[in-house]
Amino acid sequence: MTCQECGERPATLHFTKIINGEKTETHICEKCAKEKGEVEPGTNHFSIHNLLSGLLNLENPIGESPAQSYYKPEISHCPKCGLTYQQFTKVGRFGCSECYKTFSDKLDPILKKVHGGNTVHSGKIPKRAGAAIEIERKVQNLRSKMKEYIEHEEFEKAAETRDLIRTLEDKSSSEGGE
Amino acid sequence: MSLQHFISEAVSPWMKNDGPDSDIVMSSRVRFARNLKNYVFPILSNREHNLEVIEEVRNQFTDVPDDQVGQLELIEMDDLKPIEKRVLVEKHLISPNLIEQSKNGAVLLSENETVSIMINEEDHFRIQCLVAGFELKKALSLANSLDNWIEEKVDYAFDERKGYLTSCPTNVGTGMRASVMLHLPALVLTQQLNHIIPAINQLGLVVRGSYGEGSEALGNIFQISNQITLGKTEDDIVEDLQGVVRQVIEKERAARRALLDNSRIELEDRIYRALGVLQNSRIIQSKEAAKCLSDVRLGIDLGLVKGLSKSILNELLILTQPGFLQQYAGASLTPTERDIKRATLIRERLELEDQLTKNVEGDEQ
Repeated sequence: MTCQECGERPATLHFTKIINGEKTETHICEKCAKEKGEVEPGTNHFSIHNLLSGLLNLENPIGESPAQSYYKPEISHCPKCGLTYQQFTKVGRFGCSECYKTFSDKLDPILKKVHGGNTVHSGKIPKRAGAAIEIERKVQNLRSKMKEYIEHEEFEKAAETRDLIRTLEDKSSSEGGE
Repeated sequence: MSLQHFISEAVSPWMKNDGPDSDIVMSSRVRFARNLKNYVFPILSNREHNLEVIEEVRNQFTDVPDDQVGQLELIEMDDLKPIEKRVLVEKHLISPNLIEQSKNGAVLLSENETVSIMINEEDHFRIQCLVAGFELKKALSLANSLDNWIEEKVDYAFDERKGYLTSCPTNVGTGMRASVMLHLPALVLTQQLNHIIPAINQLGLVVRGSYGEGSEALGNIFQISNQITLGKTEDDIVEDLQGVVRQVIEKERAARRALLDNSRIELEDRIYRALGVLQNSRIIQSKEAAKCLSDVRLGIDLGLVKGLSKSILNELLILTQPGFLQQYAGASLTPTERDIKRATLIRERLELEDQLTKNVEGDEQ
């Protein structure tokens, strides 16, 4: 089999791409592959980031009439790393942890799209940095439990839970929490 | 321990143990993406900061307290030759991303190659744990203990509502990607996989080729992993993935039984032809080699091919990748030279296996 690109050298690399169920096969030689940037396994350059930036650009669909151009959003950029929202939509990646705050108003719709509608973390909390958060979560759980007890008129259990909440809150304030 | 240790052998020490369901599941993996609070993410950082991060790692993170992991070796990408980097990718110890797009990338590797912590990849840390067979929980608990150990010494970028902050919003939250590598020849052969993949995708899971994103399924090896990282706990993500993989395993086993019951002779023909090709060819391309290795491995699992060890598929699949072949030959090779070298290697490996079996039989008599 000869290379599809140059038609000269023998094709030594064979790619099968399946996009939306449509299968395309490419047979090329190493030289052409290198030029196309498809040499090593897993380095197909159409990556998740391309897909993601596709999602991000949905806000400004191509073909928007020029009359609306004065609607241009102000160019916001992250004070810590300098990344602009425009740049973010291109690379699909943030520049620093501060970006999550800078672009927070635009973030949730994106997160909903990629995380099955979720916007709030409910997994692991780092031990050291998150000691206060951990306690806060426990307190919230206990509060809703206490409410349930009160609704079911189980006042003894409700009182026990209240004491537990107090102990936890004291602990967090003595450890230098808020 | 040195770099040589990691690139001379195709099979990682952990692969030599048979894990649960090892007739179908080749490995389980958990990786956490973590960033440092006080540094910008690697995509925007400069050389100076990257080197600072590496220095911090060198000073703090080469001695793991946990004795199941042992010492970690720090390897900087800038010190490696292209072929050496490629070998590490072929062994799944680093990602293609680390050598292609990262500036000043590095990796911490454990001696048994179960643990690989990439530094300055897309995120500051990518903690990865690989174990044999279907053992996601084991990989998760190991990753968790390493993560806790690292967090004792550095400040992670973490937000109460968004979780672990990652460069790409597709990883935010748990920062966790759990994946299972499966050998699914019967589902491919019976064309059932085409129907199964869309169903899996609907559950928030992704099916990919063995070298991750965008790669083809070489040798009928597929990787199933979670897509959603936000709003679910690590345990829930792992349990959901386990549930789906369990079903895929059952379907593959059923397809294998059906093949044996309904078309045994055709199956045997296919498997022995594949073995014949591997034993006799003088020039073989990687795609054909992978296909034949997959067939032979199926034969081993079904008890049709005797006297070959299971790990031969894992080993030869990695050994016959371009990087490894060239590392082995000690020189860069043209594609044709590689195909010849590949055929030779496979033949030699199979002959060695044959002699080993004969010796064992001889001892028994």
